[in-house]
Amino acid sequence: MLSADPVNLVAAALLVPLGAAALIPLGHKYPNLREAVTIVAAVVLALVVWSLLPSILAGATPRLTVTEVLPGMRLALAVEPLGMLFALVAGSLWLVNAVYSIGYMRANDEPRQTTFYMCFAVAISATMGIAFAENLFTLFLFYELLTLSTYPLVTHKATAEAMRAGRVYLGLLIGTSMVLLLPAIIITSVVAGTLDFTAGGILSGKLGAAGLGLLLALFIFGIGKAALMPFHFWLPAAMVAPTPVSALLHAVAVVKAGVFTVLKVIVYIFGVDTLAQAGSGAWLAWAAGATIILASIAALRQDNLKKRLAYSTVSQLSYVVLASALFTPIAVVGAAMHIAAHAVSKITLFFAAGAIYTAAHKSEISQLDGIGIKMPWTMGAFAIGALAMIGVPPTAGFLGKWYILQGAMQSTNWLAVGVVVVSTVLNAAYFLPIIFRAFLKMPAAKSPAWVAAHPEERADHGEAPLPMVLALLATALATVLMFFRPDVPLALAKLMIGG
Amino acid sequence: MTAIAPHLPVLQVLVPMFAAVFTSFMRRGNSAWLMAVAASWLSLAISLALLAQVLQSAAPVSYVLGGWAVPFGIEYRVDRLNGFVLLIVNLVGSMIIPFAGTSVRKEIDGNQQAWFYTMYLLCLTGLLGISVSGDAFNVFVFLEVSSLSTYVLIAMGRHRRALLASYQYLIIGTIGASFYVIGIGLLYLATGSLNLADIASRIGPGMTEYSRPILAALAFLSVGICLKLALFPLHVWLPNAYAYAPSAAAAFLAGTATKVAVYLLIRIYFSIYGVAFGIDVLPVYMVVLLLSLAAMLIASFSAIFEANAKRMLAYSSVAQIGYITLGIALANVSGLTGGLVHMFNHAMIKTTLFMALGAVFYRIGSVQVADMAGIGRRMPVTMAAFTVAGLGLIGIPGTAGFISKWYLVIGAIERGYWPVVALVVASSLLAVIYVGRVVESAYFREPSKTVRDATDPPALMLVPIAVLAALSVYFGLDTRLSAGLARGAAEMLLGGMR
Repeated sequence: MLSADPVNLVAAALLVPLGAAALIPLGHKYPNLREAVTIVAAVVLALVVWSLLPSILAGATPRLTVTEVLPGMRLALAVEPLGMLFALVAGSLWLVNAVYSIGYMRANDEPRQTTFYMCFAVAISATMGIAFAENLFTLFLFYELLTLSTYPLVTHKATAEAMRAGRVYLGLLIGTSMVLLLPAIIITSVVAGTLDFTAGGILSGKLGAAGLGLLLALFIFGIGKAALMPFHFWLPAAMVAPTPVSALLHAVAVVKAGVFTVLKVIVYIFGVDTLAQAGSGAWLAWAAGATIILASIAALRQDNLKKRLAYSTVSQLSYVVLASALFTPIAVVGAAMHIAAHAVSKITLFFAAGAIYTAAHKSEISQLDGIGIKMPWTMGAFAIGALAMIGVPPTAGFLGKWYILQGAMQSTNWLAVGVVVVSTVLNAAYFLPIIFRAFLKMPAAKSPAWVAAHPEERADHGEAPLPMVLALLATALATVLMFFRPDVPLALAKLMIGG
Repeated sequence: MTAIAPHLPVLQVLVPMFAAVFTSFMRRGNSAWLMAVAASWLSLAISLALLAQVLQSAAPVSYVLGGWAVPFGIEYRVDRLNGFVLLIVNLVGSMIIPFAGTSVRKEIDGNQQAWFYTMYLLCLTGLLGISVSGDAFNVFVFLEVSSLSTYVLIAMGRHRRALLASYQYLIIGTIGASFYVIGIGLLYLATGSLNLADIASRIGPGMTEYSRPILAALAFLSVGICLKLALFPLHVWLPNAYAYAPSAAAAFLAGTATKVAVYLLIRIYFSIYGVAFGIDVLPVYMVVLLLSLAAMLIASFSAIFEANAKRMLAYSSVAQIGYITLGIALANVSGLTGGLVHMFNHAMIKTTLFMALGAVFYRIGSVQVADMAGIGRRMPVTMAAFTVAGLGLIGIPGTAGFISKWYLVIGAIERGYWPVVALVVASSLLAVIYVGRVVESAYFREPSKTVRDATDPPALMLVPIAVLAALSVYFGLDTRLSAGLARGAAEMLLGGMR
């Protein structure tokens, strides 16, 4: 089918979802055919990214220059270990999510499904572009494409609330990237004379300590997708989107694109050593720590399940930022591990939230009493995801935290250690009550009159449609498996720091 | 072919001019349209051939009318700068004119259609003439040719206010032209020459006894030309003129008229005063800088609150002209390249947007943002083109607008003007809002009754819209033609300065 030449695989990773986006509208009148296009493309993409893996592990860096836009500004792709990891996560989860989407979109009878699947495929293509970007310009291009292609998904419901959320989404993401990130990129280009991601960074010796600190701030706050406070509002707002969007895009692709970009900028543009020596990047650990704690507290106060998950994501994203702000190699390994671990576990939680919404039409946590009895598989998977968020072994969440803590201790950054400990307690405080409610707290017995007044309560429900349950079980299983077999992400993370 | 080659500069003007004479005798709109199509495309071919000549030779291509030697006769002189401008004007013209056929049939009465094409061709003649001519007074003549025909084009709009808009522009345009004439009159008094290159070599620091008239001339020329190019706050004529002109005319004027005026300003600033005095002695750059920034912000705000999409685009044009003049004011290679390449990019983008609105008007008879609710699914190709061009206006990477912004920001950084950097990127956020408003209404609101039966327009309208939208992306990824030429022109202009 495809030639095994890695360069072709890189091109295919972008073109397969893009081709699917072009084909999907043709199946507008034939939903089965249309969904088949998505599934086939997702299968092919998963195959493509996994068959790219061996050559990356062997130390190769496939490169593909598409065009030189301006002298020194290339639209070019190159696969390095961190990007490979990100592509693996997003590419594999697209398949799971595609299966889930079909169950969700049909069971909830959502409108405009063709547009939905089309924009989704474009977003995946953009994500691959971000993962494989060879330089800042290419990354920026796909970063903006990802924002634009997910905007119609956020406003999907076309209600006044959805449109308002869409404005917040677009305003914050385009706003930060245009006003802060773009100048940061241009300044980097002027100062360093290049935009290529280079091992060890390109800014060493080019700027003073203060300049480095300022430029870092422009970058970090410019990358709004990383949801560092105070630019995090777009993420809770985006929860009006259908759950598959929240699950893959706003728990995996978009937000991970943000922290991935942060990591790439710190490792390959600034250089970990340059920042550690300059010392003017120390504020970043504080900003990330504050975000972790504040977002956790905000999550405690949300009754809407998806909103609580969103604030949890804001908090968890800053783990990655915090880890990269320690400026030590081992913490960077932790950051990379956390990207992968949080992806599989958070998508499980969102899948479960969507399954509850589909089967029981419930979206608030206070309504979930005893739901674990009716939907044992769903809530079982939810429990696994929640344990991963807290960082309890044997789940993937433990690994990321382990390496981050190791990095924090190594650099004797007690602030970071404290933040991780406190936030673990907070994570437990907002996830365990949900599990408790679902399995142990029985709903109060309803009088027949009450049931008569609430017809939606009358019809009892079981699990959500099969595709959805299968999908969330798959990701829950992956959450556990990654704890026992972390070889691939760990190898890639270590390869990134050159060890 | 070799026999024609030396005469290309004059043919560039003569082809549309004679076509205009022919169409003025025609009664049927369709035959006039065919004539206009032929003339526009031939004109594009001529400009491409001219550009090839210019790029091959180091010196500008010079043509003396009637064999009268420079500086006594009129010289047509094409270098990298105006070769580029000729290409822009012709590219827009050749895209508009197929579109115009269908649009004009709908918007203009049958007995006036031939007139429309006559005026269009005269306007094209004037704009090309301004660009190609190396003689200050000859430029004035063409300025008037283009202006007079523009007044008529605007007045042909269906709405009664078109007459008022035309009259408003007539008054202001006449004032602008008068200022220009006074300016060249002063220069002629001081130097005894009307040839632009000759004037540049005659004035200079050596002419101290004439320095005051020469500086006064600069002031008159600046104000006169800035009225024509609608630099804030001299832009008040533009929103109404574009909003009430027929769709095809608005698209043509938005893509070309102001660009040619900007060219004239660049010619006078860099090729005359820059060569003679250098830029540092002239405070005019700081004035243009501040006015450009004001245009970018204030006009963008006006666009945000505008309910009529055509007027919104007109205000956006005022803001985008601010980007171009900002490049002039920065006066370094990166900044000037940014300004020049934005002339090209903005021509592609804005013409696409105006044509897309023309197609909307063709179908639903309105361009109010509220009336366009839900139109995205009824006219998918048209609105997709509108959205793509809108992204270009914002300056999303991968579109032409990004390239302009990139150069302008680098130009500002090299000057150390950090607030300018901030304002350039901030003003593109305002574009997000006004473009987003239309896109949101078109795609996410329930279609109204008029919109429900709308479909994409006929192919003759649709193809130019789609092609130009595609070009606005193409020139964001392959900039050898656009930014390459702009950079060459910027280096030539700044390299020749004192």
